[in-house]
Amino acid sequence: MSKVNVNMNARPVEKNAFVIDIVGEVNSFAENSLMDAYTEASSAGAKAIILNFSGLDYMNSSGIGLLVTLLIRVKRQGQRLLACGLSDHYRQIFALTRLNEAILEFPDEQAALADL
Amino acid sequence: MESPSSQSSPDKFRSDKESQPERESYPAQDVSGRSVDSAWAQPVSRLRVENVPQGLTDINVRDHQVVNPTHGFGQMWQKTYHVRLSGVKITPAEVMRYWKASFPALQPPGNHFYPSLAGIQPGEILMINALLPVFPDTPGIIPMTSGVMVLYSDDTTFTVMTPQGFPESGWNTFSTFEEDGVTIAQIQSLARASDPVYEFGFRLMGGSGMQEKTWRHVLTSLARQFGVSGSFEMYKTCVDPRVQWNQAKNVWHNAAFRTLGYIIATPFRWIAHLFRPARPS
Repeated sequence: MSKVNVNMNARPVEKNAFVIDIVGEVNSFAENSLMDAYTEASSAGAKAIILNFSGLDYMNSSGIGLLVTLLIRVKRQGQRLLACGLSDHYRQIFALTRLNEAILEFPDEQAALADL
Repeated sequence: MESPSSQSSPDKFRSDKESQPERESYPAQDVSGRSVDSAWAQPVSRLRVENVPQGLTDINVRDHQVVNPTHGFGQMWQKTYHVRLSGVKITPAEVMRYWKASFPALQPPGNHFYPSLAGIQPGEILMINALLPVFPDTPGIIPMTSGVMVLYSDDTTFTVMTPQGFPESGWNTFSTFEEDGVTIAQIQSLARASDPVYEFGFRLMGGSGMQEKTWRHVLTSLARQFGVSGSFEMYKTCVDPRVQWNQAKNVWHNAAFRTLGYIIATPFRWIAHLFRPARPS
């Protein structure tokens, strides 16, 4: 039985940014989906990646780890990584893990784009 | 001081309810019906240890912040260790129940973990008393007392996050899962050495090798408890080969140095205690 239960779609937006819409569960099995979506965005010349968590069902600690490895790849390319659409619960998780110090998070996509 | 439950047989952790179907952790709840929201620790700005085990100090945990891999100094490594429990019919949840209850007992000599009374639960602190090596392939001799916070815990996974001053900045995830009909126990770390001294220790003084031996010991001990020798494998990936010089200042919190300082100062604290004025009745 497949343990991948996530859909990640990269789409271009303004200001040379791409949004990766995350729908489903972010755990260790989501790694390929996340990295594939990032590669698609980066190959198309993205200067900023916005992770849209509004469709997130669930994220465990392995999923949080994926965000850190993604952050390294983004920084190596001189890009920015932002997040939007986090629920209150996962905004707390970002604060608890201090990921919010490295990945700025915004209420929605428009607010994230305004920061670029 | 070891958890009493660490002496339990693994059979105790098998499900008594044969009719209860095993299911994976779905978004809303784990197999015990608990909401996964409660699997995460509550936000905390500074760590506190409620009951410090006798003989230990919380100087390297109290009032410290947790740190993720972006806060460390050294190269970032992701290391994955796992053991296949082939030939034994046991579910991932049953293995994890035993693992959590016996965590201290599975450690190699010289490495002591002290879970709180609540055990491995989100937000709890596991105190650690360890000996760090000075030279490669030699036993550890430098004492270090610190702790880690349980960041996340569900029925097949728990993750601990390190505080400032710990040898590594990041987290370790202990998990069990099924693959091709076999239950696998895995440890995965994503971390950087916290400061230049630790980075030197990991790269050149045997720290990395000792860490790998420790987790090999834990996993093979776990497998042995279930009557299998278990095939052990390890993979490591350098996620970021660059060091972060702006984090060199982390050496101020170095838990090994502070533990040594605490030990050296013990006679002076004892003398100071003798001369402390008695409290008025």
